[in-house]
Amino acid sequence: MSDARLSVFKTYKLYVGGKFPRSESGRVYEVTDSKGKWLANAPLSSRKDARDAVVAARKAFGAWSGATAYNRGQILYRIAEMLEGRRDQYVAEVADAEGLSKSKASLQVDAAIDRWVWYAGWTDKIAQVVGGGNPVAGPFFNLSSPEPTGVVAVLAPQESSFLGLVSVVAPVIATGNTAVVIASEKSPLPALSLGEVLATSDLPGGVVNVLSGRTAEIAAPLAAHQDVNAIDLAGADEALAKELEIAAADNLKRVLRPQPVDDWSATPGTERLTAFLETKTVWHPTGSLGASGSSY
Amino acid sequence: MAPAFEYAPAPESRAIVDIAPSYGLFIDGEFTEAADGKVFKTVSPSTEEVLSEVAEAGEADVDRAVKAARKAFEKWSALPGSERAKYLFRIARIIQERSRELAVLETLDNGKPIKETRDADLPLVAAHFFYYAGWADKLGHAGFGANPQPLGVAGQVIPWNFPLLMLAWKIAPALATGNTVVLKPAETTPLSALFFADICRQAGLPKGVVNIVTGDGRTGAALIAHPDVNKVAFTGSTAVGKEIARTVAGTRKKLTLELGGKGANIVFDDAPIDQAVEGIVGGIFFNQGQVCCAGSRLLVQESIHDELLDSLKRRLSTLRLGDPLDKNTDIGAINSAEQLARITALADQGEAEGAERWSPACELPSTGYWFAPTLFTNVTQAHTVARDEIFGPVLSVLTFRTPDEAVAKANNTPYGLSAGIWTEKGSRILAVANKLRAGVVWSNTFNKFDPTSPFGGYKESGFGREGGRHGLEAYLDV
Amino acid sequence: MPTTAPAPGLADVTASDSTLRRFLHGLPGVDAVGLEARAASLGTRSIKTTAKAYALDLAISMVDLTTLEGADTPGKVRALGAKAVHPDPTDRTAPTTAAVCVYPDMVAVAKEAVAGSGVKVASVATAFPAGRASLAVKLADVREAVAAGADEVDMVIDRGAFLAGNYMKVYDEIVAVKEACGTSARLKVIFETGELSTYDNIRRASWLGMLAGADFIKTSTGKVAVNATPANTLLMLEAVRDFRAQTGVQVGVKPAGGIRTAKDAIKFLVLVNETAGEDWLDNHWFRFGASSLLNDLLMQRQKLATGRYSGPDYVTVD
Repeated sequence: MSDARLSVFKTYKLYVGGKFPRSESGRVYEVTDSKGKWLANAPLSSRKDARDAVVAARKAFGAWSGATAYNRGQILYRIAEMLEGRRDQYVAEVADAEGLSKSKASLQVDAAIDRWVWYAGWTDKIAQVVGGGNPVAGPFFNLSSPEPTGVVAVLAPQESSFLGLVSVVAPVIATGNTAVVIASEKSPLPALSLGEVLATSDLPGGVVNVLSGRTAEIAAPLAAHQDVNAIDLAGADEALAKELEIAAADNLKRVLRPQPVDDWSATPGTERLTAFLETKTVWHPTGSLGASGSSY
Repeated sequence: MAPAFEYAPAPESRAIVDIAPSYGLFIDGEFTEAADGKVFKTVSPSTEEVLSEVAEAGEADVDRAVKAARKAFEKWSALPGSERAKYLFRIARIIQERSRELAVLETLDNGKPIKETRDADLPLVAAHFFYYAGWADKLGHAGFGANPQPLGVAGQVIPWNFPLLMLAWKIAPALATGNTVVLKPAETTPLSALFFADICRQAGLPKGVVNIVTGDGRTGAALIAHPDVNKVAFTGSTAVGKEIARTVAGTRKKLTLELGGKGANIVFDDAPIDQAVEGIVGGIFFNQGQVCCAGSRLLVQESIHDELLDSLKRRLSTLRLGDPLDKNTDIGAINSAEQLARITALADQGEAEGAERWSPACELPSTGYWFAPTLFTNVTQAHTVARDEIFGPVLSVLTFRTPDEAVAKANNTPYGLSAGIWTEKGSRILAVANKLRAGVVWSNTFNKFDPTSPFGGYKESGFGREGGRHGLEAYLDV
Repeated sequence: MPTTAPAPGLADVTASDSTLRRFLHGLPGVDAVGLEARAASLGTRSIKTTAKAYALDLAISMVDLTTLEGADTPGKVRALGAKAVHPDPTDRTAPTTAAVCVYPDMVAVAKEAVAGSGVKVASVATAFPAGRASLAVKLADVREAVAAGADEVDMVIDRGAFLAGNYMKVYDEIVAVKEACGTSARLKVIFETGELSTYDNIRRASWLGMLAGADFIKTSTGKVAVNATPANTLLMLEAVRDFRAQTGVQVGVKPAGGIRTAKDAIKFLVLVNETAGEDWLDNHWFRFGASSLLNDLLMQRQKLATGRYSGPDYVTVD
């Protein structure tokens, strides 16, 4: 009788502020596989969804950026653990989304899981690599430390629906930023499902917010948003990237321009980590040394 | 009644600097006129005397300069780093040799006191070249990969507040990393950059590696928009910075911006009070407050407000305003009539909005551009003088009750360049410094600069860092 | 006129050991780098022509011409007194110094040497320079100096007690010495700043001394490695400025030891001018404890008058 059992479809929803809302627009769009077969309806996010996601990301920023790097590393590692347990689900979704064989899709998912592990290890090391003491010519202690930029809008890559997505989201949050992510327009389902893993990985709500819909429509208000500090244009084509970069200038967002990526599985450098870091330099007198009488 | 100990005038000799009646553009190692023959005058802000006439570069001149830089790039970038280093070391040494001359020149053209050009600007300029000289053959150790590459031609536009220092901040890292440059100094302070051209000549720097195009905002815009520029570096106002960001959008030009600020200087009730007063004074009156990282907002804990204000006013009464060439002058001239008008308008607005205005008794010279050191008390976050960058010797005093309130108020601005913290409690310094959204936090000190120390802003104060290892990144293909 | 006890408002500060400690430790901290930077910055003031002439004469008039050697003899002290009265034998317009400063047993000789000139006689006392003696011995030392006619007494505090936190002991001792000075002698309290070691301690000692009735606060004995510096003097000038603002009582400052050149002395006068203010630009309120400084001041004075540089043969050896 099992053949006759009607499967239960999943209603794909947005992931905003740790919750799974439908789009404020009340609209969805049809998502198909590479051969045009219907897979699901995905929420068609509106400007207001973008706005709500920014509010959620801003709210989460204080605690997430204030968490210890060790804690962030453990949570990123926990994400890898949770993904590993649901590996088959993602293999199926990626295979459908990108038209890959199961074995190729497996490689993508494995690489994505490993990417979380890579960045989990970076959280408490990047400050030592890019920060440090500066030997100023005077009686001052001088320390430069990296700090997260703030709320980052991320246009996930259009083609690599899962590995590409993880490759751009993980470095943003590893350092303490919070993210509003626009999933691949054509293949949003792996991104929307990722929300389910994030929600069960001790990642505080609002640190990552996932929107699906028309990239250009959602990105425009995010690029112009005065409470967004940076934007990663990975998923934008040349014309859209230029338009968004112009809009981003209104509050001088840090802009990571789209760069061609042949192979998302290659080991990333630190570029995506440092793109969304500020350097803060703190000075303090050390007390003078020498024969001036008193030293303290 | 005249004070008992009246310091007699102690002017630095002007004879040490020989300013020519006119200067051309420095392109491809030669001084040349602008293609259309246009010139403009540069005046001494303290006397309104015309110092010289300078060529105004148009698009054709900018194009010529970029072409010269492009041509020079091939050989310059291929030089061993150790050779580039030696050129920069030479420049650093020549600057040290000629530092008194350059200090006087800068004071004449900018209006800032000789005390500052002599003791702050020039030593920092030489140090900056010396620091980056040493990087030129060590780039593989800087953390940007084994063999990081230069970008090409850097278009650099600098402001008038620290003309030669900003030139050093731009040119030293650019050359060390193997780029060539076209630099546009500010319209009101072109002379020290033109003297720097002569230093390049003395150092034997290959022609075309450094090109100086003088002019106004149009010249700068032409440089930034030039399609063969690979890197744009700008220091100046946030409004212009945004315009530049729009201009380079959609190109491959790498961009760094060092823009405005509205720095909060936070004084807790357990501060080392006499040093805090000095820090507040240095924070806002250094260089007549024409400093992007000025501590233009004083946030003082309510419990010591009156005491601190008394001390501050007493201290301000000892400031000596006048002839910038006098070695005892603390406060010089405002750089231009235009800037003076802006400061005046904003201060008037502060008064109109109900803030209480105070200045020490202070006689202003009859010619030149002058503005007395000014305090505003009874200021709230809503006042224009607490929000807008005034870029002048005007301090807005606000109060707070708790560290949280201090942090919230300090961060409540679109800017994020600098901040100060004054307290004897170490853990409070670290906690507050951690929460401030600012690129430079001075604790129990203020307005300190060093070539090894990265400088730059959060939020609308710009992006990228100048100084230190971090400063290399702006000029490398990473 | 010697000053009297602190003004109301601060009276209960010295009510007990604990109130005194709380008060002194509640004074604002001092940031060493900032303090020294401010002193150095004032040191760059350029004092020329008329201002320099004024400063040199003022500095000469503020010198406590000092000899504090085991080898001091009446002859030496008489020579010093003569020099104090007529610092420049070639130029009678040179002002007299403020005082000569000697050991108690030389006070009578010094008095005679400067008689009628207006030059004061200051005597160190309280087991100078170590201050390691019983209070009875210290007071006897003071009484002897005063009885011999000392106009001013330069006492040393008990640094050991201060560093051990026994502020009340130091306070009581100063009060007792002040009483022994009576109404005829002004009291200078020497902290030996080089031994107090920190600027915070110097600020506390300054207030402690002023609370106990010091007429002057003085940096050092001249007998240790680090004596007067621009920074510690600046700090003490801030203290007397703040003390007057709070109590209305003006207290003098005397840097001593290590000031050897006219250039240095003028830098100290700039510190006075821009910190405490012109009320202190008078030898009633500011002194230099020095011996070799005077000759350099005189040589600079000759240079200013004649336009040519002077040499050591044109001023007198002590």
